[in-house]
Amino acid sequence: MTDKIKKATTHTNQNEGLIFEKSSPGKRAFELPPLDVPAADAAKSLGIDHRREGVEGFPEVSEIEVIRHFTRLSTWNYAIDLGMYPLGSCTMKYNPRVNEFVARLDGIATEHPYQPQELSQGCLKILQLLEKCLLEITGMDSVTLQPAAGAQGELTGLLLIRAYHEKNGNPRKKVLIPDSAHGTNPATAVIAGYEVENIESESHGQIDVDKLRDLVTPDVAALMITNPSTLGIFEERIPEIAKILHDKGALLYMDGANMNALTGITRPGDLGVDVMHLNLHKTFSTPHGGGGPGAGPVAMKKILEPFRPVPILVEKEGGRLALEQMRPDSIGRVKAFSGNFGVLVRALAYILAYGPGVRQATEDAVLNANYIRKHLEGVFDLPYSLPSMHEVVFSDALQKKNGVNTMDIAKRLIDYGFHPYTTAFPLIVPGALMIEPTESESREECDLFIDAMRSIAEEAATNPELVKTAPHTTRVRRLDEVGAARKPILRWKSQTSRSEAAD
Amino acid sequence: MRYLPKSPAERQDMLAAIGAKSIDELFSSIPERYRLREALHLPGPLSETEIIDFFKARAAENSGGYTSFLGAGVYNHLRSVVTDAIIQRGEFLTSYTPYQAEITQGTLQAIFEFQTLMCQLTGQEVANASMYDGSTATTEAVLMAERLTGRSRILVARSVHPEYRDVLKTYAKNSGLHVEEIGYGANGTLDQKALQSALKDDVAAVVVQSPNFFGVIETLAPLANAAHASGALLVTAITEGVSLGVMRPPAEADIVAMEAQSFGLAPSYGGPFAGVVASRDKFVRQMPGRLAGQTTDSEGRRGFVLTLATREQHIRREKATSNICTNQALCALAATVHLTLLGKEGLREMAHQNLSKAQFALAELEKIPGVRRAFDAPFFNEFTVELPRSVKIVNAYLLREKIIGPFVLGTAYPELTKHALVCVTETTARAEIERFSAALRRALEQPV
Amino acid sequence: MAYPANYRYTKEHEWVDVKGDVAAIGITDYAQHELGDVVFVELPKVGSKIEAGKTFGTVESVKAVSDIYAPASGEVVEANEVLHNTPETINTDPHGAGWLIKVRLANPAEISGLMDTAAYEAYIASQSKEASA
Repeated sequence: MTDKIKKATTHTNQNEGLIFEKSSPGKRAFELPPLDVPAADAAKSLGIDHRREGVEGFPEVSEIEVIRHFTRLSTWNYAIDLGMYPLGSCTMKYNPRVNEFVARLDGIATEHPYQPQELSQGCLKILQLLEKCLLEITGMDSVTLQPAAGAQGELTGLLLIRAYHEKNGNPRKKVLIPDSAHGTNPATAVIAGYEVENIESESHGQIDVDKLRDLVTPDVAALMITNPSTLGIFEERIPEIAKILHDKGALLYMDGANMNALTGITRPGDLGVDVMHLNLHKTFSTPHGGGGPGAGPVAMKKILEPFRPVPILVEKEGGRLALEQMRPDSIGRVKAFSGNFGVLVRALAYILAYGPGVRQATEDAVLNANYIRKHLEGVFDLPYSLPSMHEVVFSDALQKKNGVNTMDIAKRLIDYGFHPYTTAFPLIVPGALMIEPTESESREECDLFIDAMRSIAEEAATNPELVKTAPHTTRVRRLDEVGAARKPILRWKSQTSRSEAAD
Repeated sequence: MRYLPKSPAERQDMLAAIGAKSIDELFSSIPERYRLREALHLPGPLSETEIIDFFKARAAENSGGYTSFLGAGVYNHLRSVVTDAIIQRGEFLTSYTPYQAEITQGTLQAIFEFQTLMCQLTGQEVANASMYDGSTATTEAVLMAERLTGRSRILVARSVHPEYRDVLKTYAKNSGLHVEEIGYGANGTLDQKALQSALKDDVAAVVVQSPNFFGVIETLAPLANAAHASGALLVTAITEGVSLGVMRPPAEADIVAMEAQSFGLAPSYGGPFAGVVASRDKFVRQMPGRLAGQTTDSEGRRGFVLTLATREQHIRREKATSNICTNQALCALAATVHLTLLGKEGLREMAHQNLSKAQFALAELEKIPGVRRAFDAPFFNEFTVELPRSVKIVNAYLLREKIIGPFVLGTAYPELTKHALVCVTETTARAEIERFSAALRRALEQPV
Repeated sequence: MAYPANYRYTKEHEWVDVKGDVAAIGITDYAQHELGDVVFVELPKVGSKIEAGKTFGTVESVKAVSDIYAPASGEVVEANEVLHNTPETINTDPHGAGWLIKVRLANPAEISGLMDTAAYEAYIASQSKEASA
């Protein structure tokens, strides 16, 4: 890797402005078929008070300008289709294109959630089959496909737990959360009306079971565990943890973000987990799309089934499927209509592609992570030495000696053609480098990644400035986040200069 | 397996490099008795062709060949093929959340443009990068009002979408919010007298929808004045965003919660869609969801970053404004592309076509003996009619004519026993409106 | 940066400068350094009461939010308006122009329990040692 690589700045692609800046009155990109009924008099129909002439400032451009604009923008993005994302806990695996194709079929994309159920049997069969598959994978008794993302799944899970405890006469007050947990966990617990009590990890990064024993009082509704933990390490004592909780009438919630280490190998239901969510946009390959949409189905044991959110899929006589909108003990509705159906279609397509062979994906994911760990041990500090599953967490302790931290290393990795790994998380590892390759990476790609990381470690020792001022080859250099937060400019305004604040 | 880029030999080599004899060794931390001995019982494996055949077979069991007059929160609108051509590009489809700004400027600039379009549409000053959908956006807007006012009583119009109200109730139960419903008047708009008597200085927000669930357009100014006089905020939900192409935006609202499905997103049996929360600049720090902000790099180039992240869960944890992490970015991108394609004139024309077709449809239906318009107030592309007999029975007849009839309001409003919510958009051909009208006439002539 | 001799300090890295029965409160140079570039400050309204040991506001950087704890109880008589537009003043002059609030002390005796300059400097020296251990 040399300094000869320069970033492109003069190519047209790199100077694309905002769409509003190319706008000119009278240009159009889309024409409608002509109106085939008498034209309404808008002022008359709506009344003067409600009338609007047109949206002020809306863009006016031609079709080719739209295509060029967004195509150029797209070339500024890194993506799985271009290369590896070693992002820990994100499971950035390949997004199969057949999933996109089937989600767009006429008769799948076109269906209205309120159309008669007898005209929706195809959609309902898709939901039913996905439910069955997820139950088989998780080892649970019941599932809801309603939540739109992992965080919403977590909320649904906690609301189920609350409803269960309320039915038993006492909602309880607290939820225990490990200090290694993802930020959505405590944020969600608060929304569910619980106090958060943090539980510290022990020296190997696992849940401290002895401490747990003391912390589980009748005030505790549940423990939220991530397994494998955010360190990529399997919580070996999870059955014991489940028992401690159950003995005190509390429940075990599992954040399923790391299912990519478990699918086909073991089942959370068998381990004593009472309720968990899955991230379909992680383990089940639905695309990240720059930040969603995802889906966060929640699987649960029988004891929580009565509280499931509506609507609930049921099978009637003759095999006809229906969605029931009312259930006496349901926690209610968490989202309108019936979940992120298009995402559910994609996840089912993924499962069908693998079938019973889905275990191979898990094995390859764990193989890749361990292969990378083996080749970077000694080059980077490894704070927790227990076996890694699908991800490994290093720290920047060795590089810190030259003033180079995990953020710098991550930015320099960009110059080598990779997206950074997850920096600064989990919080229990200061200066963390969390690496999850997934099963989608070939050996060549893993080797390239290893080479890049070793090269950067060398640079950190011999030429730290190069690393600290990275990236050097991107379209923009490091951006001023402080300025962006002090004087937020959150929209374009006509006649707004580059540095003018929004207010 | 075609998604796994390894040959058996490579797996062996890599195991050897690790020093493991078999892949099972790498799972030794899982106690023996919990490790599965046989493969999961899952359907498949299917080839690409078989997967497509499976879903085509499911598609054939749905509503192909029927004309629909359903709206009620999910709308059929024209969608350009250009939108898919853009959002199917791998650089957008398979890209991660833009935390690393230098290599995600495409996503970030597109979000910035989305935020701008949403502000222009709603008449608000700042908009976020998307929430899950309109129903959760409305709930988040209410929670935002709670944070801003420090109060916990919420007044919601009954004419807000029933499922939106359900979702709000689910979230409210656990946040100490008290939600009360305010009824509607004879013309279908919010009962202002009832609102006035319910407003005290403990109300955080008044929540209305416009056009409301009956299709009726609300006049917001008096509602905003009443709310503000009590120190409450006005939250306005919008389920049909195309209405903003020809209708004044809710500038009087303090917070707007809009569903963006009408902007280029397929109905897709209810999701994925995209919700938006838009509000005033002064409230931005209490806003949920991601925000993309403009800034410069060290060489003075304009760029974009996620900003004001201290509101969000990954920093604020328990004190976050919301627990949302993954949102609906690709859907928001689709809406951005769609609205850019339509442009100012296209959106106005689309909205005008909706208005015209709905007027035409109402006029046709009013010619049928026994059919009467229920609410005498302006409407956009949905309106409520009262029939002389049960809507369910009428719809069963229409179904045999391959027509999916209007939404049965009685299912959500028990007092509206014979009322139907008819939706007509620019996609409903005149011939189909006339066919529907004729079929409805025949349905009402059937012996009881 | 020197720590003013007449100030008192807390374990949460706030400083107090007492003049009569009114005390100016801010965060120390150590705190601003740990926080990084300040982007936003949330302060209590004039007239509100603060309670010793409880939080009364926040100081935000791009990546973190810090709660500020009241070193003593009292009524807020002034909040530093300058910080609304130039929050970075906390970084450049944390002990002077970067003051946060001025409080009329309810119980001036509470101040005597706080660290003096020498004690605070020793405290942060031990904190730094721990951090690099």
